[in-house]
Amino acid sequence: MNDMRTMDNTVLNETKITARDVHVHYGTTHAIKGVDVDIADRTVTAFIGPSGCGKSTFLRCLNRMNDTIPGAVVTGKIKIDEADIYDSRVDPVQLRAKVGMVFQKPNPFPKSIYDNVAYGPKIHGLAKNKAELDEIVEKALRRGAIWDEVKDRLHAPGTGLSGGQQQRLCIARAVATEPEVLLMDEPCSALDPIATAQVEELIDELRQNFSVVIVTHSMQQAARVSQRTAFFHLGNLVEYGETGKIFTNPEDSRTESYISGRIG
Amino acid sequence: MTPSWIALIVLAIAAAGFVLARSRALRAAAREGRRLHSLPGYYGWTAALYAALPALLLLAIWLVAQPAVTRMMVWPVLEAEASANAVPSLMMADVQRLAAGLDAAVETGRLSREAARDLPAGEMRAAMAAQGVALGSEVTSATRDAALRWRRLAGVGHLARTIAVIGLALAGAAWGVSRAAPDFRARNAVERAMRGTLISAALIAILTTVGIVLALIFNTIEFFRLYPASEFFFGTTWSPSFGGGSELGILPLLWGTLYISLIALLVAVPIGLFAAIYLAEYAHRNVRSWAKPMLEMLAGIPTIVYGLFALLTVGPLLVEAFGRGGYLGLGWMQGGTAVMTAGLVMGIMLVPFVSSLSDDIINAVPQSLRDGSLGLGATRSETIRQVVLPAALPGIVGAILLAASRAIGETMIVVLGAGAAARLSMNPFDAMTTVTAKIVSQLTGDADFSSPEALVAFALGMTLFVITLALNVVALWIVRRYREQYE
Repeated sequence: MNDMRTMDNTVLNETKITARDVHVHYGTTHAIKGVDVDIADRTVTAFIGPSGCGKSTFLRCLNRMNDTIPGAVVTGKIKIDEADIYDSRVDPVQLRAKVGMVFQKPNPFPKSIYDNVAYGPKIHGLAKNKAELDEIVEKALRRGAIWDEVKDRLHAPGTGLSGGQQQRLCIARAVATEPEVLLMDEPCSALDPIATAQVEELIDELRQNFSVVIVTHSMQQAARVSQRTAFFHLGNLVEYGETGKIFTNPEDSRTESYISGRIG
Repeated sequence: MTPSWIALIVLAIAAAGFVLARSRALRAAAREGRRLHSLPGYYGWTAALYAALPALLLLAIWLVAQPAVTRMMVWPVLEAEASANAVPSLMMADVQRLAAGLDAAVETGRLSREAARDLPAGEMRAAMAAQGVALGSEVTSATRDAALRWRRLAGVGHLARTIAVIGLALAGAAWGVSRAAPDFRARNAVERAMRGTLISAALIAILTTVGIVLALIFNTIEFFRLYPASEFFFGTTWSPSFGGGSELGILPLLWGTLYISLIALLVAVPIGLFAAIYLAEYAHRNVRSWAKPMLEMLAGIPTIVYGLFALLTVGPLLVEAFGRGGYLGLGWMQGGTAVMTAGLVMGIMLVPFVSSLSDDIINAVPQSLRDGSLGLGATRSETIRQVVLPAALPGIVGAILLAASRAIGETMIVVLGAGAAARLSMNPFDAMTTVTAKIVSQLTGDADFSSPEALVAFALGMTLFVITLALNVVALWIVRRYREQYE
């Protein structure tokens, strides 16, 4: 990928993901009740809402991670670049390489830092030889804003890093497979304020290359890192729009109550 | 009074102490208008514990010590008569039988108390025979005197025992009742007693282990005094003969043990591990809920049943294939009992050990690691091979080593399935034998426990113990060493 900083604002509003009438059932629980949303490319979109509102569930629809949960049923249409990801011809395994995911708790594999990052590229055969793999790993670690901290100990275990470093390593790992969309499920909830600030800064940089969707419990975080915000409540998408507008002048009374701390 | 009666009386005293202490504490609290430190029941329990525990402990010690003390006090009577080659323990056994016979005769009324005391030595054998107590030889006067002394001492001892134990119980109960006042921290006292009980249970387990190990060590040392250690550890022939001139080399037995265990592990590890992976990663919850208990039921089958299975089914099947005239035409196998027979059956026996432990270990790998791998676009089997198994590996190695120590210590399958020939051979279709099987054969039958042929069993047991202990230690070390990797 080239340096795309120059294109930053010109492509801001191009739609990357379209969801229409998405429902999710876990057994008898109706977790998502008809969500319609358009997520823009090269933008950070934040999903906020009280616990159990379905924001994480909806996020996991976008890379079909719900398929790995027994009893989960997803209906409706989700398209990435106009291609239906729930089409029977789509291999969810391939899809997940295109739609990377970062989880709530840093989950580095019990392998070296290098092997953690090289894991995805190796599986998908992205490197022809060791030199290329080295290059991919370095690039991913640089994008994860952790290269300078680990370049001298690439073969030390990834589990030995601090919490914030582990989470950036996991972001680098997700970036290494050249995804187009990066999903983040409360990526800072297990981190201290300093590590959170570093990860937030990184998210802002990732916007140059990826469409980032982040689920967060912290409204301040949503306000800081996102350009667009979606508010979920009880499985419904209540309100979706420019972050500034949602936080200063929400249309729905439920959004206003949540933002001012009355429900949650 | 018999020990069980004494114990019952002690318990009755404890119960009375409970009631008295509880009501005393309640009354004291009501009189002084104060709250009790503990719930009333705790005051009762303190008195009951003070009454029962020391008294029952004394009773237990007394039961163990009295015969030994009596024996010591009776021995001087016999000593004068003991000839040079007499065995003291046998003479003492005669005395004890005679004393017991006299007791029985008095109890059934066949002899009066006085008649029992005055019966001349010459008539005793006949009298005892009438009572149903067979004595080996005519009773000498020394034996008679000793038996009478035994009876007298035992009578005194029993009376003293009754008085001491019940007295202690009463004193304990009284003390417990007297302390039942609102200030007394009965709850803490019960807590201490509970802790003491738990500690003594742990101590019993540990001391038993220590005792077994010490017995093994002393008998092993005794064996090495009679038989050179170098020939035992490096001898390649095992041919014990109770007439003397045995060759007791452990190598053929050790080879058989390790060879059979190796085959067993070659069967058990892949099957067990793959079953565990299926159950932990692929199986639907419903399948898992019945498949796992089914698999674990294999572990509940007694090993003798596996042995029968080896002898009657697996052995003949193998002979049909690999024996002379078998349909493979190889003629490698002479009879149904062979290393392969025992190894295959033992492998099946070990499957649930490997699978059950591995299943737990694979389940302990955090789901977040699986999600991370799946989220990067890995398939399930890629995730298992590259993330789950490496993370679970130390635990799986531990499980395999535990299975190995089971295999090495296994006896019945080997006795029935592997044959009895101690032989050093590479052919897995030959009959061989193991350390455990030879321990059985050295100790069954009329073994003279001072001969090297019998004592060798302890040396074999010690060797086995050291090997399995080392395996267990290594297994625990590996599991502990790599456990923190998940964090």
